[in-house]
Amino acid sequence: MAWMAWTLPTAIFFCTIACLLVLFTVLAIKYPETPRMGVLRIETTRGDRLFITLLGSAFINLAWLGLVSAPQWGALIVCLVYAAAVFRWV
Amino acid sequence: MEKTVNQKAWFLVLPVLLLVAFSAVIPLMTVVNYSVQDTFGNNQFYWAGLEWFKELLESERLHNALGRQIAFSMIILAIEVPLGIFVALNMPKKGFWASVCLVLMALPLLIPWNVVGTIWQIFGRVDIGLLGYTLDALGIAYNYTQDSFAAWATVVVMDVWHWTSLVALLAYAGLQSIPDAYYQAAKIDQASRWKVFRYIELPKMQGVLLIAILLRFMDSFMIYTEPFVVTGGGPGNATTFLSIDLVKMALGQFDLGPAAAFSLMYFLVILLISWVFYTVMTNLDKRDGV
Repeated sequence: MAWMAWTLPTAIFFCTIACLLVLFTVLAIKYPETPRMGVLRIETTRGDRLFITLLGSAFINLAWLGLVSAPQWGALIVCLVYAAAVFRWV
Repeated sequence: MEKTVNQKAWFLVLPVLLLVAFSAVIPLMTVVNYSVQDTFGNNQFYWAGLEWFKELLESERLHNALGRQIAFSMIILAIEVPLGIFVALNMPKKGFWASVCLVLMALPLLIPWNVVGTIWQIFGRVDIGLLGYTLDALGIAYNYTQDSFAAWATVVVMDVWHWTSLVALLAYAGLQSIPDAYYQAAKIDQASRWKVFRYIELPKMQGVLLIAILLRFMDSFMIYTEPFVVTGGGPGNATTFLSIDLVKMALGQFDLGPAAAFSLMYFLVILLISWVFYTVMTNLDKRDGV
């Protein structure tokens, strides 16, 4: 594994994503759902909303890094608000 | 009757999952690891945090390459899609000539990228190339190795030559699937040629055209071989598109950290665009299905 040049932060990052995927898989099995129509006027399931959240969060982090000269954890707060909004309205 | 839900079939995709993990997921994770570190070789890494991302986001080099890349993709889409539709509309619907046209259209698609590049590199040369020689004889100043406009024109025309037929073939397939009854109805209503196109042909081609635009966009957004063979990214940096710049950074300068950060941002943009296209296409299908 040395060739993969692991670091603790990246390991935590991937573990978080893996945990999210497992969590959503378990949720999908335990509480099956039907897709719903949100503000984007597209049908989404919980998994879709997770994808939109993660992809959007990546862009929020990049935008924060490039445009705002504040510590990066500020972007994480924005991401959490964004995630809540996506799961509520999309 | 209630259908029982059985998710066991998912186990059948395990082999594919393993294959994708091996060929894509693990390398991608490695790229993420590289992007937050610096290395001087020997597999020794030093923590750099988000430094590379910050540096790249403010880098004029990346901005310019991105600008050129977007401009290139937009230009070739603006030419290839209408041209492809136009060609498809004018192709014979059946018979001997339809087959001839199909074969001729498919030919450029079968030529490998680097060969296309080499063909155009020679074709455009002023001393031995037909195009370059003819333009020179006509008194038009054309030199793709020194003039950025000529370099751009060559790369764009080369892409149009190589890929318009893909759009044309897809549009042709879309046109062929329209039943005759639609045209008969239009004739009874005395619809003009434009109205037939606007209200029958275009809506019926919508699905395949979206696929064509997606394919052409993705392919042009990651274009590497052809401009690399023809212009090598030059003159200066005039035709240095994102992938050429990325390869320069990763393999030319061996800056693995910045190159990893660069490729991750590149990947995110592609992921976003693909998702948008995918969503639009599946929603179109659903709407048509109703």
